Amino acid sequence: MTELVRGLPPLLASHLALVLIALAIATAVSLPLAIAVHARPRVAFALLAASAVVQTIPGLALLALMVPVLAGLGWLSPFGFAPAAIALTLYAILPILRNAILGLRGVDAAALDAARGLGMTRAQVVRIVQLPLAAPVIAGGIRTATVWTVGAATLATPVGQPCLGNYIFAGLQTRNFAMLLAGVAASAALALVLDALLAGAERALAGRRKRRALIPAGLFALLAVIVLAVLPRLPYEDAGPAGSIVHATPGAVTRVRIGGKTYTEQYILVELMRARLAAAGLAVDDVPGLGSTVVFDALVHGDVDAYVDYSGTLWANAMKRPGGAPRWQVTAELAGWLAREHGVRALPPLGFENTYAIAVRSDTATRYGLHTLADLARVAHELAIGGDYEFFSRPEWADVQRAYGIRFARQVSFDPALLYDALARGQVDAISAFSSDGRIAADDLVVLADPAAALPPYDALILLSPHVASDRRVACALGELHVSIEAMRRANAMVDADHRTPAEAAAWLAAQLPGSECAKVAP
Amino acid sequence: MIELDALGKRYGDSWAVRDVRATIARGELVAIVGESGSGKTTLLRMINRLIEPDAGAVRIDGKDVRARDPVALRRSIGYVIQHVGLLPHLTIGDNVAMVPRLLGWPRAEIDGRVGELLALVGLPEHRERFPEQLSGGQRQRVGIARALAARPEVLLLDEPLGALDPITRASLQRELARLHRELGLTSILVTHDLLEALALADRVAVMLRGELRQLAPPAELVRAPADDYVAQLVGMVRTQGEQLRAFGAP
Repeated sequence: MTELVRGLPPLLASHLALVLIALAIATAVSLPLAIAVHARPRVAFALLAASAVVQTIPGLALLALMVPVLAGLGWLSPFGFAPAAIALTLYAILPILRNAILGLRGVDAAALDAARGLGMTRAQVVRIVQLPLAAPVIAGGIRTATVWTVGAATLATPVGQPCLGNYIFAGLQTRNFAMLLAGVAASAALALVLDALLAGAERALAGRRKRRALIPAGLFALLAVIVLAVLPRLPYEDAGPAGSIVHATPGAVTRVRIGGKTYTEQYILVELMRARLAAAGLAVDDVPGLGSTVVFDALVHGDVDAYVDYSGTLWANAMKRPGGAPRWQVTAELAGWLAREHGVRALPPLGFENTYAIAVRSDTATRYGLHTLADLARVAHELAIGGDYEFFSRPEWADVQRAYGIRFARQVSFDPALLYDALARGQVDAISAFSSDGRIAADDLVVLADPAAALPPYDALILLSPHVASDRRVACALGELHVSIEAMRRANAMVDADHRTPAEAAAWLAAQLPGSECAKVAP
Repeated sequence: MIELDALGKRYGDSWAVRDVRATIARGELVAIVGESGSGKTTLLRMINRLIEPDAGAVRIDGKDVRARDPVALRRSIGYVIQHVGLLPHLTIGDNVAMVPRLLGWPRAEIDGRVGELLALVGLPEHRERFPEQLSGGQRQRVGIARALAARPEVLLLDEPLGALDPITRASLQRELARLHRELGLTSILVTHDLLEALALADRVAVMLRGELRQLAPPAELVRAPADDYVAQLVGMVRTQGEQLRAFGAP
């Protein structure tokens, strides 16, 4: 609990910074735009329609979409603060623009006629008449945008921007409901506080004494200044609004950024690597909870220096090789391809596999006599299968369907944290499971064999970015790691079933390892 | 002073104002009468270039208004409208001070002028109030004070008393006539009320479907209407007067 509270301020601060910057940019873009177009209904309508379309894109998708877009443009880091801030800015534009246009158009016609008749220039009409009279409506738009943005900013975690979403994603994945609630409550509280401040400003603007709006607006600005001033001193400095992402620089590595995907095993491995590197005297930043493909792109771009991936995942998704292959071949070809194409170093396999596997409840297996995927193919048309978000769109699934001719009656995507529950409660009859998952044994599931070898092997291995690939301290600290499948399953179960933290599970894993020799390696 | 030379304004295929010719002398008060859509407001708004004509020209002191910057032109002409259009977020004092501020007068001079004007329209103690705290008649007094702030020679009034109750209206009519005289203004007053026009104006212009049907002093208009429409208008006023007399009014 105290750990939760201690971890909150940096997340809260970087969340707030994200929100404030997105709002500031959205306001700076929307107001001049509204002033320019409000008198031209057709243009105004087209702009509002365009921003409404942006609004219909689900938040998570819009944020994730910014990564390839920015990577394609190439002038901002496609990872972390920039994509999150841009996506949130796009989100915030609609309410601000809409209210500004409506507010400016809604100004009393007599006041406008008199203002023009008295000899105000067009700019003076806007400044002296329209903006002050539209101010409460405009403030209302900013207020709506603020509440939306605080909520949507929790989705910045998967693109690598620390925010309150880190608690929400990690809490959900590791079934740590205290953490989940802390993230949700902090985000709600932040939204309420900002909303109250802006409501005060809005009320004052609607009244006659406009100057009173300066008090809440001033508090708002003060908050912004405090956040932006304090933020660089907090642990997440490299993800701050300064965008000071560490790119490859020559010389010895002193700081390593560890990435991780959004499930329990990855959270544990991030903690394990962090402890190892810290013991070797390196500074460590961690960026857990990234999207599965985002993290590989981040590594290639040098925004993440190390993370654990699985050979089969890269084989199918990054190398785009169809079907499976013998383990030695996959490992060797993958290492060569990574080095050749991306300058990425694959350390030797960690020692355990986290295979995509199809699992069924034991009663289902008994009833239909299921041992292999070929058996499942016979009865699949009566059954429903659940998969994590990515499973059904992964090439491995296409390979399985092709190899066995499997067609299910229904297929449903779930959050990986909920997948096992869905199977246990009979929502689905089969799921895409991970072979290292502690819940396979705990829930008494049957993993079906893959005689046609449609699924490639999934050896866990640590990848190093070009920036740290040649660094002896990093390679030694991480190269020594060895984790057996039993140990990994046990560690996963500690978090998923026993509600221990990933750090505790990582400490347990580390205790199983022989002592490190790396302290003797010179930087 | 003000010359309307074959002035016309067209919307699509129809002329809102067509071939209006008139010369208004310095110090004169001319009322323009007509029903809605007769083109009287359009005619007025072409004088300060809120509407640009499609034919003919407006000349003030012999100079075509199109040769002048429209913003500077409007600041030199007083403008009063039916719904007043005071800025609700500014005090009465700030509303009256608007044009002098736009013209960049020194602060002390503006202060003095605002006091003078509020006294002139009978609202000296309302300077720090806001428009919503005033009655309709008081607001229009402020509107007139605002129009007069920068000492214009020409005052354009578009139905300034149209939204007021009869008693307030009568008192403001007297007020307008007094200000016009005392300040030596050249005024053009648009109204749909012929009686008001006859009572206030030196000459009355009658418009119908964009055309000027007659421009004459009140006595002449009543005695010798130029056409059936003017005769009909005058006849209506006369009937109302006779009805009143039938009830025993003097």
